[in-house]
Amino acid sequence: MLWEGPLEKIDDYRWRMPKSYKEGMRVDGIIYSNERMLKDIRQDKAAEQVANVAFLPGIVKYSLAMPDIHWGYGFPIGGVAATDVDQGGVVSPGGVGFDINCGVRLVKTNLREEDVRPKLKDLVYALHNDVPAGVGSKGEIRISEHEERKLLVEGSKWVVDHGYGRQEDIDHTEENGAIKGANPDAVSSRAYERGKNQAGTLGSGNHFLEVQIIDQIYDEVLANDFGLEVGQAMLMIHSGSRGLGYQVCDEYAKDFIHCLSKYGIDVPDRQLACAPVNSEEGKAYLGAMKCAANYAWANRQCLMHLARRVFEKVFQLGPTKLGMDLIYDVAHNIAKIEKYNINGKERTLCIHRKGATRAFPPGHPELTPAYQKTGQPVIIPGDMGRNSYLLVGTRKAEETFFSTCHGAGRVLSRSAAIRAGRGRVISRELENKGIIVKSTGRELLAEEMPEAYKDVNEVVSVVHGAGISKRVARMKPIGVIKG
Amino acid sequence: MKRYEQFPHTADIGVRIYGKDLKELFENAAFAMFDIIADLEGLEVEVKEEIECQAENQEELLIAWLDELLYNFYTKQIIFFKFDIKELTNTKIRAKALGRLVGSNRNRLKTEIKAATYHNLKIEKTAEGHKVEIVFDV
Repeated sequence: MLWEGPLEKIDDYRWRMPKSYKEGMRVDGIIYSNERMLKDIRQDKAAEQVANVAFLPGIVKYSLAMPDIHWGYGFPIGGVAATDVDQGGVVSPGGVGFDINCGVRLVKTNLREEDVRPKLKDLVYALHNDVPAGVGSKGEIRISEHEERKLLVEGSKWVVDHGYGRQEDIDHTEENGAIKGANPDAVSSRAYERGKNQAGTLGSGNHFLEVQIIDQIYDEVLANDFGLEVGQAMLMIHSGSRGLGYQVCDEYAKDFIHCLSKYGIDVPDRQLACAPVNSEEGKAYLGAMKCAANYAWANRQCLMHLARRVFEKVFQLGPTKLGMDLIYDVAHNIAKIEKYNINGKERTLCIHRKGATRAFPPGHPELTPAYQKTGQPVIIPGDMGRNSYLLVGTRKAEETFFSTCHGAGRVLSRSAAIRAGRGRVISRELENKGIIVKSTGRELLAEEMPEAYKDVNEVVSVVHGAGISKRVARMKPIGVIKG
Repeated sequence: MKRYEQFPHTADIGVRIYGKDLKELFENAAFAMFDIIADLEGLEVEVKEEIECQAENQEELLIAWLDELLYNFYTKQIIFFKFDIKELTNTKIRAKALGRLVGSNRNRLKTEIKAATYHNLKIEKTAEGHKVEIVFDV
């Protein structure tokens, strides 16, 4: 089923879908891609979803898609949409997704590949053993609803205050690990129930913990600012808000279907249900979404702490010698209220990033002081057989509302990947490439096999080439823990 | 008649569900969801839950029913695989869901389903009964 709609070439990295394509589109669509990847993009319904997002009331400039775009539900994954809050702009729970503040963090170490290799199996098994993972996994932090309410407001700080990390971790997290305006009263008791035992758990699916080695530096000056060099061992963590976030999205997505008739909104897919940001419903959703986002930051903070403990145990080194400093933590499923200059006027916009990463340039007032000079670190995880990247934000990215890609993006469905994996031992194939993999779920390694994804190198070459972010360093995986 | 089949969806899991009537369609949708979550083969019934939910229309009711079961799976740790629908209208469902506690069956779990989505949701009448396509976020 090929998507045959119009995509006009703007330049080597940008393709326009005119709003005349579908009646009801308020703005054009723009897909960031190269000519070759466009063929993959036409293979599923992702481009149609770019058109559908353009229906959202108050949408500003374009319905955007990053080069890792693929078919999601409602929004495409890799979709970015900004709505003008003061012009009836809407917020859509489906435009954030079920896994609110799914995101990644990158941690450096003082270890080099040659230090890690001899103990790699020990390290991978210990990480798999000590970090709870898998379907519905539970963590070591058990808290009352009263404490959980505090966690939803304080995010990373709550876990750091309870001994899971240090102050610098908070400074190196988007929104300092706690976005302001979280409203615990907007979170249902069911969401509390699902979140109660899951802080500090990885989850399943594409979530992972990886030990990586820097194999290429693209910008010596920036790499030096971050304290990175070729051969250095890194840790990457990919997880989200677990059952709490899923429940929040679920309930609001359901409620917002009724907002469509209430506010006279016409969208082509119920999963795009939305309400004005300034409506009672819109405010309630954002209050709850922020709670889930803070939960996710707390979760990744816990996961990092558990991983640091494992490194200390396996390498018999203290925290100072290990040097496991957090580079940064980014959200890639979230809606943010940000200010932009549109046609000479400052506007307050609600930026949906559904599988897209915020990428603030150097000097952005909302960026942490530590990264004012470099620009915001952007962390792009790839598949478990190829590479991952550290990028930084650029001024040029104002055209994408300071957003960039979030990963490799899938090309194969899970069932197609499982079919392609029949008769193969994926873990053995990876081991032959020097990558040790341990997973909890059955069939998961086949679903997540490298061929199921686009080549992250190509995705990153598009965002770098288009100038919406800048390459700093590339990593290769050597140890992978999957849920 | 086949209960369900998967159709390709790039990021998530798409399932086409069949039923000779609406009741069977709802039962098969629930079965399909748990068949994705866990290996159900050979499981014996241990516990049952009364499930009741309401929605504005049939399609929203289908998603509400699946999400209600999912909530029960995560919070009560029950893998459901048999469903006995007592009452089904356009806006209300009342059923008994039977299953087994996760307990020592943890290694049967396969896939974490986050939710059933409304994406392109449409219950259709066919010559044999009813069918619907559902996308699960995983």
